[in-house]
Amino acid sequence: MPDKKVTMRGVFVNGILNENPIFRLVLGVCPTLAATTSATNGLGMGLAATFVLLGSNMVISMLRNLIPDKVRIPAFIVVISTFVTIVQMLIQAFVPSLYESLGLFIPLIVVNCIILARAEAFAAKNSVMHSAADGLGMGLGFTAALILLGSIRELLGNGTIFENAVFGANFEPMLLAVMAPGGFIVFGLVLGIINAVVNRVSAKKGAQA
Amino acid sequence: MKLRLSTGPHYLSRENTQTLMLDVLIALVPTTAAGIYLFGTQAAWVLAVAVASAVVCEFLFQKLAKRPVRIMDLSAVVTGLILGLNLPSDAPLWLPAIGSAIAVLLVKELFGGLGHNFMNPAMLARGILLASWPARMSVYLMPARVLGTTNVVPAGADAVSAATALIRPQGYEVYDLLLGNIPGTIGEVCKIAILIGFLYMLFVGTVTWHIPVVFVGTVAVFTWLIGGDPLKAVLSGGLLFGAIFMATDYVTNPMLKVGQIIFALGCGILVSVIRLTRAYPEGVTYAILLMNILTPLIDRLTTRKVYGTVKKHA
Repeated sequence: MPDKKVTMRGVFVNGILNENPIFRLVLGVCPTLAATTSATNGLGMGLAATFVLLGSNMVISMLRNLIPDKVRIPAFIVVISTFVTIVQMLIQAFVPSLYESLGLFIPLIVVNCIILARAEAFAAKNSVMHSAADGLGMGLGFTAALILLGSIRELLGNGTIFENAVFGANFEPMLLAVMAPGGFIVFGLVLGIINAVVNRVSAKKGAQA
Repeated sequence: MKLRLSTGPHYLSRENTQTLMLDVLIALVPTTAAGIYLFGTQAAWVLAVAVASAVVCEFLFQKLAKRPVRIMDLSAVVTGLILGLNLPSDAPLWLPAIGSAIAVLLVKELFGGLGHNFMNPAMLARGILLASWPARMSVYLMPARVLGTTNVVPAGADAVSAATALIRPQGYEVYDLLLGNIPGTIGEVCKIAILIGFLYMLFVGTVTWHIPVVFVGTVAVFTWLIGGDPLKAVLSGGLLFGAIFMATDYVTNPMLKVGQIIFALGCGILVSVIRLTRAYPEGVTYAILLMNILTPLIDRLTTRKVYGTVKKHA
């Protein structure tokens, strides 16, 4: 795994595109569905998770030779929850409106499976700088996915993107889009479209080779 | 000479999807006619847009997905018409257009097309519309015209929206409930027309009596048990329309008679319970959708033991 040929940039881009946690790995679906009722919520949740991922990946990578294998999961959780507590206090202090709307889902970042998966699959085996690049890439990939889904749902369900009205006053929003079933439907449709595009691109690559 | 080798069954009948769907359409003619008569031209527009949108969406999707175009099997027409009959007559025309698109694209084609949808397309589309635009969907207009002689005053040009007859069925005579002089959606008000359609489908064998009769019977018995008026409970709201035209959808109810009776019992109980709690204006939509989801489980429970197999001991 710790291949010397893999560049920092490669690791970073990998998290955003090839192994986008939401659309390619399909991890962290619960916070995705819960926090994408608006583009702002998606952005907030994404950045909070990115901060935690970056911090936990770096610290876990530093400690990777000290943590005994048998207790690695509890050790990871302690590191992750430290960063989650920091981010929760920061959001509560500086963006109280976001704290109100995300509510319980901020402390729940502790059990976000993307973060634990990257700790286990990447940070525990790679250098600190690579782990930082991975955390940042995965986090921003997560954020981008949340903003995309949040924008679609906010546009359909409220007629706005980042609280800016897009349609005229006569637009009647489709309430379902901001409700839970709408989250599943929009997520499924976007996932399907992305899979179709990826399949088409890889088929083309296969034909050229 | 060309020899065809194929596995059985070899029996050919005149029945195919198209003739079945045509029979359903014929059965819907009285209801459609009564709806257009009662609610006027606006209702005709809603129905026309719903049907057109369903057919166009199916055609475009099948073209784009490079599947065989099967709009001639009329199933999209039936879906569109049933959805249209489930809408209030004053619906803005984008409502049937979006509803039919949801029914055909999201519920039917994305799951693999005709026969692969796990819920009734028109029913789920109605559920989605109801959740998305509750203000548009839970307005029940009084018909602009009156069938037969009655003591109900037609609402006329400045139609006031009234609560569905379900809220206070005792306020309407059985006569008016039967003929359709009650507020409601385009297709659900005229019970006589719905029953004529049911008799036609029974006569040509499109449906069997099991699901509608058990469904409606369960609601009647339940209402009687809690001290309501069973006849009026059956005749108000969308119960008859749902039980006859939507619960009987081939794809989304169990295969065997036993299963169909369990399905219908479940629908009846759910409708009664939802009506009792009054959380929603009508429970038929959600009752049928919930039982649609349970259909595969019911099928597993009721499959016949294959001859010669031994029961597995766990």
